[in-house]
Amino acid sequence: MTGTLLKIEGLTKAYPGVVANDQVSFEINEGETHALLGENGAGKSTLVKMIYGLVKPDSGTMQMHGTPFTPAEPRAARAAGVAMVFQHFSLFDALNVAENIALGMENPPAMRDLAEKIRTVSEAYGLPLDPFRTVGDLSAGERQRVEIIRCLLQDPKLLIMDEPTSVLTPQEVEILFETLRKLTAEGVAILYISHKLEEIRALCDAATILRLGKNVGTCVPAETSARDMAELMVGSELQTPKSAGAALGEVVLDIAGLSMPSPSAFGTALRNIHLRLRAGEVLGIGGVAGNGQDELLLALSGEQRCAASAIKFKGAPIGQLSPNARRALGLLTAPEERLGHAAAPNMSLTENALLTGNLRKKLSQNGFLNWSKARNFASEIIEKFDVRTPGPDNAARSLSGGNLQKFVIGREVLQEPEVLVVNQPTWGVDASAAAAIRQAILDLAAGGTAVIVISQDLDELMEVADNFAALNEGRLTEVRPTQGLTIEEIGLMMGGAHGMEVAHV
Amino acid sequence: MDLSAINPALLLASLLVAATPILLAGIGELVVERAGVLNLGVEGMMITGAICGFMATIVTGTPLLGFIFAALGGAGLAFLFALLTQYTLANQVASGLALTLFGLGLSSLLGQDYVGLKPPSTPQLDIPVLSDLPFLGTVLFSHDLMVYFGIGLVAAVWAVLKYTRAGLVLRAVGENHEAAHALGYKVVRIRVLAILFGGACAGLGGAYISLVRVPQWTEGMTAGAGWIALALVVFASWKPWRVLLGAWLFGGVTVLQLNFQAAGVAIPVEYLSMSPYIITIVVLVIMSADKSRAPASLGRIFHASS
Repeated sequence: MTGTLLKIEGLTKAYPGVVANDQVSFEINEGETHALLGENGAGKSTLVKMIYGLVKPDSGTMQMHGTPFTPAEPRAARAAGVAMVFQHFSLFDALNVAENIALGMENPPAMRDLAEKIRTVSEAYGLPLDPFRTVGDLSAGERQRVEIIRCLLQDPKLLIMDEPTSVLTPQEVEILFETLRKLTAEGVAILYISHKLEEIRALCDAATILRLGKNVGTCVPAETSARDMAELMVGSELQTPKSAGAALGEVVLDIAGLSMPSPSAFGTALRNIHLRLRAGEVLGIGGVAGNGQDELLLALSGEQRCAASAIKFKGAPIGQLSPNARRALGLLTAPEERLGHAAAPNMSLTENALLTGNLRKKLSQNGFLNWSKARNFASEIIEKFDVRTPGPDNAARSLSGGNLQKFVIGREVLQEPEVLVVNQPTWGVDASAAAAIRQAILDLAAGGTAVIVISQDLDELMEVADNFAALNEGRLTEVRPTQGLTIEEIGLMMGGAHGMEVAHV
Repeated sequence: MDLSAINPALLLASLLVAATPILLAGIGELVVERAGVLNLGVEGMMITGAICGFMATIVTGTPLLGFIFAALGGAGLAFLFALLTQYTLANQVASGLALTLFGLGLSSLLGQDYVGLKPPSTPQLDIPVLSDLPFLGTVLFSHDLMVYFGIGLVAAVWAVLKYTRAGLVLRAVGENHEAAHALGYKVVRIRVLAILFGGACAGLGGAYISLVRVPQWTEGMTAGAGWIALALVVFASWKPWRVLLGAWLFGGVTVLQLNFQAAGVAIPVEYLSMSPYIITIVVLVIMSADKSRAPASLGRIFHASS
């Protein structure tokens, strides 16, 4: 059970202008859980795509059980026993569970037999699923079960998991880990990609660390501290954000009985939300993705209106005000989706700065734009938030995720808001940029601004927030001080295990 | 006004005939859109099919060969669209509109020497007992083969989409092309095949107009049937049987209003002429108010990057 399953030697893949993987080598044993660590853009995805046959390496070799392994397409990789749980892009919303699973199989049995098989396997591994439900109606955790069951039905030898826990509650993570341990006990090897270092320490037997496409080291996660692993990934020392701990002021934002239907067919309606936010407070709102986070941001930004008195800003009802009217008052927001929602991808940074900064920064006069002033504002953001870009005339889409996020957050922060609402401020952002963004949020709060941070990264919320609440199916739990909250309590606030149970094979 | 001149059996029989062109074009476009491609060139492919089928029938004297060439002509024009949108990643809306304009021009050019000719008539079905049945025989069993082919095609498309692996893969590609690609399906190849199928169907629909319904060649003779077929697919919520229903509704009202005109009903002709369009769309809009929605990748350009 401990023979080498997959051996990778000198794997190299270059794209125009960037070497995604440069001479990467490592081995995975049977029954081993092997972590692949690295920041965004370190080349993890390219590496697993090569193993899964989606991308062909330029040079280097892979061996499976000692024989050369060169999958020309995913079909060949699947035939060789490689299965993959994707982070994005792999389920079909309009199809049902069984159809989704059939699409990932080589020779699926007839639908009725498949449905039966799905029921048996999913219950055996403690991931109950109804094969005939439409995937678009499932929660994020349930969708992931679909992907995992799809892999398990192929009796894989190597299971690749790309960021599997980003959408799960702590309890669901624990159950997933039980399932994974069960699999490794059966001899399945797991290649596990994650940013969450504590999870890797709990689960993985070995880790390979990538930085800028190169293999920069290996470690035994259980014996290495999370901080050491993070520094191996980043290649430099990490700054931990510090809060100045200012005293809280008056209540600036008062939400009482906010209910609102979701604008999208697969969204979550907000149900009777109450919260009070004081000047200088950072409120962290956690919860599994798709439980009303996006809708809450829409309600606060004014993109979707609600009952006038449901949201009060310094005592004045603003539920019916437009986004610009709210900006004028000092309520600013930064949505989750960077390209397309927070920023217009094809417009320059100057134009993007104008889009939300126009009002408070007075970037136009009598309907005419003041370009020099707008450009100065954009340059100011770039300078103060260390946005890596040749200049304010570059298109928003040309920036990397982390840099654009710094720009988007910086744009709102520099407008000196009274209340700032951010959704997933550091999603897909590398560790050093994330630290900078969190520091900016803390500095802002120290200056007396009230901040709501909506995030699925619990470590982040624990780090920046004074108080914590969780969204669960469109309802907000009571607000509790972050200090003294245990991970179990947070998990229960987020809705517990959502009907999952520990595997009982 | 004399409504008694309207014969219900003949009315129903001509309904099936009037519905066939948009039914064929619509079911083809439905397959294309379920694969995630929006081809607005249906009108252009229909008229190209109409002239190709007409020419082939005049030259060979066989309507069957005419229909085959019509399908090839429609598919040929669709291949141009596939080339533009799937390989050079051109915008689908613009390419589709261009295809319609191109098809209209090309067909007038090809058809210059064929104006005024009369094609050999397409044989009608004549089953001894069935076709002689009173009423039912006239309505159901005395049409040309294309009428039955159209209905059979709807059933086939429905069954393939619902019950076969090929249909599942096609729907998956239309729903989320990135995911389909990640699972190893050939998105571009599947879409090109769907586009060719759609072109062939549109070509058949066009030829049905020039060979059976009218039957002769005039410039621009499809007269917007391609656009109706497109609207039909959308308002039928991308469901095959609803396309059939919509086509029959359109055909039925078309035939009925012609009969009304002939019978001298006291409604201005303009209103009668617009009635098929209005009634079909109103009914389908009401029906499409349920939860069904467009294929999620419809009209989006796919490029297998990284």
